[in-house]
Amino acid sequence: MGDRFEYRNVRVDGDSAPIIQAFSARIPADGLTAMVGASGSGKTTLLRLLNRLDDPDAGEVLFEGRDVRSYDVLELRRRVQYVGQVPVTFPGTVADNVGAETPHLLARVGLGAELAGRDADRLSVGEAQRMCLARALARHPECLLLDEPTSPLDTASKAGVEALVRSLADEGLTVVMVTHDPSQAESADRLLRVGG
Amino acid sequence: MNDLSGRISWADVGLALLLVAVSMVISRMRRTGLERDIAVATFRSFAQLLAIGYVLDFVLGGNSALTPLVLLVMVGTATLTSGGRGKRVPGAYWIAAISVSVAAGGTLGVLLLLGIVPAAPRAAIPLGSMIISNAMNTASLVMSRLRDDLGAHRREVEAHLSLGETSAEASAPWHRRAVRNGMLPIVDQTKVVGLVALPGAMTGMLLAGASATSAIRLQLVVMYMLLGGNAFAALVAGKLTVTRLFTADHQLIRSVRRVDS
Repeated sequence: MGDRFEYRNVRVDGDSAPIIQAFSARIPADGLTAMVGASGSGKTTLLRLLNRLDDPDAGEVLFEGRDVRSYDVLELRRRVQYVGQVPVTFPGTVADNVGAETPHLLARVGLGAELAGRDADRLSVGEAQRMCLARALARHPECLLLDEPTSPLDTASKAGVEALVRSLADEGLTVVMVTHDPSQAESADRLLRVGG
Repeated sequence: MNDLSGRISWADVGLALLLVAVSMVISRMRRTGLERDIAVATFRSFAQLLAIGYVLDFVLGGNSALTPLVLLVMVGTATLTSGGRGKRVPGAYWIAAISVSVAAGGTLGVLLLLGIVPAAPRAAIPLGSMIISNAMNTASLVMSRLRDDLGAHRREVEAHLSLGETSAEASAPWHRRAVRNGMLPIVDQTKVVGLVALPGAMTGMLLAGASATSAIRLQLVVMYMLLGGNAFAALVAGKLTVTRLFTADHQLIRSVRRVDS
């Protein structure tokens, strides 16, 4: 299997200086890729280029060998799901957030079926982050982009989310995860270092 | 009934300045630091109204062809004011110009087409000025509210976008709120009209000696016109602002999101 994503000589400008400069890297289709680097090195920025929440100011980002800009952006985002650092719940119940396949998806992310009818904004942070993963999986993506998904979580829910991410990668999803956590980086299939 | 319209002399205006002096003394006593602003405001109101008075006398005195020009100057000034206040939105001046023009053109057009008011400068200029100044405030409110809300809720907006929603879908809750916020003042004003304040148009007619019932008929038309005009302005400003705060590829523009790392 070839590369899922490729950065080719990418530059992203900040307010005064470039956030990212002359960055090139490949991300294979299989397994879990951890993106690591000092804070402020542009990891989040690079991740957001993959589902086109942002575009590079120079260079190219490829998805399955084609420039991401050549895809219909809404279709690209459906296939490449992004879950941010802080879980965002939408108004309504968990089922309203996740959609038709709620029971199956809640089980998949390790949430009890009884949560389906709960108001989404009454979930704990850990539960909310799992719900966000379920909501992303409801779109049947091929790739999952995770921006420090465990940073707002306590130790117990952190271990649970880590195991879940691992199993999603093992099931064949391409997972790209920004992390600061050395043990998470170690458990990844490969590292993508950003910055010095 | 007494007609006051021809009775106020320049000497009377001068005497009314006593009330400006009162506000200056109060400002001084309470150290509000507004004396300078009061003086500037007094002078500006004098100069601006004097100028428009001469312009109106000229236009109404047989030069009615100049009416569109007068309205255009008003739209221009409203555009500069509103666009300046919304300047964190790219293209704010264009958004203001289009919103105000649609509001003025739409409502004046309906009033003229239905023959509710005559197609004469005496009607078009004062009514137009009321629509334009209200639409100006509405456009400013909608633009700045939408910009602030999308900035404050950028995580939510991007969560929607990330799930594959369009920028129109992702911004819908805040779009709705901004339009509502822009329309609300005039709706509230319409609710309490006559109970809290006798509005300008009606006051003017009463002072000029018209009967109270004909004064309220005019006032009703004015209120309905302002409701319609503000709705037009809010609708257009909201729609255009959303299109300028996102790219064609459903991305929030960078100045709104300021990514941290």
